[in-house]
Amino acid sequence: MDRAATAEKIAELIEPFNKKGVAISDATTFAGDLEWDSLTVMDFVAAIEDDFDIIISMNQQAEIETYGQLIDAVTKLQG
Amino acid sequence: MTDLFSKFDGLIEQRRALLSTGVTDPFNLVMEKVISPTVAVCNGRETILLGTYNYMGMTFDPDVIAAGKQALDEFGSGTTGSRVLNGTYAGHRAVEDALKDFYGMDHAMVFSTGYQANLGIISTMAGKGDYIVLDIDSHASIWDGCKMGDAEVVPFKHNDIVAMEKRLKRIPEGAGKLVVLEGVYSMLGDIAPLKEMIAVAKAHGAMVLVDEAHSMGFIGPNGRGVAEDQGVLDQVDFVIGTFSKSVGTVGGFCVSNHPKFEILRLVCRPYVFTASLPPSVVHTASTSIRKLMHAADKRAHLWENSRTLHAGLTQRGFTLGTKTPQSAIISVIMPDLERGAMMWEALLHEGLYVNLARPPATPAGMTLLRCSLCAAHSAEQVQTIIGMFERAGKAVGII
Repeated sequence: MDRAATAEKIAELIEPFNKKGVAISDATTFAGDLEWDSLTVMDFVAAIEDDFDIIISMNQQAEIETYGQLIDAVTKLQG
Repeated sequence: MTDLFSKFDGLIEQRRALLSTGVTDPFNLVMEKVISPTVAVCNGRETILLGTYNYMGMTFDPDVIAAGKQALDEFGSGTTGSRVLNGTYAGHRAVEDALKDFYGMDHAMVFSTGYQANLGIISTMAGKGDYIVLDIDSHASIWDGCKMGDAEVVPFKHNDIVAMEKRLKRIPEGAGKLVVLEGVYSMLGDIAPLKEMIAVAKAHGAMVLVDEAHSMGFIGPNGRGVAEDQGVLDQVDFVIGTFSKSVGTVGGFCVSNHPKFEILRLVCRPYVFTASLPPSVVHTASTSIRKLMHAADKRAHLWENSRTLHAGLTQRGFTLGTKTPQSAIISVIMPDLERGAMMWEALLHEGLYVNLARPPATPAGMTLLRCSLCAAHSAEQVQTIIGMFERAGKAVGII
């Protein structure tokens, strides 16, 4: 799946987690803009992992601060 | 200059706001005098202890105390050295022998604290390119062990067997895998479905480490923990435990049947680069561990206490962390931190000490009043405790 298709899928997956209806761009941060707690992060990561059949380890998650970085990482992790 | 402490401003403000209501600081209590495993003097008042993890009440056992006193006389106050240099005394070997006998395992390694046992074993075993799959509600010492090592860390939803299996399946072929579980999770006092989880872990070629800190001494026919109780202790590669709960002193350990286990003594940094436990501590620990092997009556009484308190609090309208009593921890869920602190203080005024637990230590942002029962609590004390909860709960408006 290329970056555009991956981005489209992730946009779909993030919908139920974006409870405040924040307008999301590549620069949107999870901790700052979306104000997610650790439990929401875990559930969202699990949803992405299950959909793409990948592992995003804690080590990799630490490098992902923005929405754009997440799309890049998931695009890459699909190999 | 950037003040490096500015990152704590949120917490400082939260504490200030809480204490400005006039509530006693729940994280600054002093035990002025300790009368028994279940009673101490706090703020000049005799207080029943219901938050000590002193599950088997061994802290004042006469044999345990005599062993400690004798060790002080014969071996001095401390070892002043690492286990691998001058810090291994006869008592350190003796306590490792006691652990091997207690668990029926080939190897035992004693650390200076339980925290260091997890830190050392996990960070040393799982290295670069390996994967650690662990429960999201794992204890801080497990997380810190993961952080200190170089393995890929993959958490899964609490006690969720399917979530664990999905992650194990996705790990690249040939990578080393360590699954980390706990027997009893200390915040809510719930146990893990170890039988099912360990079967899945083994099917995917993972080694399994189980932290049995909160189950040693009273869960399982021989008090070996939840894995023993569920009949799968022989499938566990590494059991982590502590002396600071049922054993009644301080220290941590790992027991294992792994044939190469002893090499860890040379490569595990939290074991090597710290002073070993004082002689009095290891002598009290081995005496206590050997007595815990024959403590079936105390185990039965502790279970009785746990069932009575769980039923009593449920009946009076409190919301508990588990639907059934699963361990010696009964967690009472508070609506928020403010009322949790008020309830904690109201209980203290009644003459009862419990743990106030709050995020980030707790799951899902909960504030908990965590009660840990002791085999030395009498049936009357448990009834007194239930009465105290009822009065305090009504005064604070929680029930």
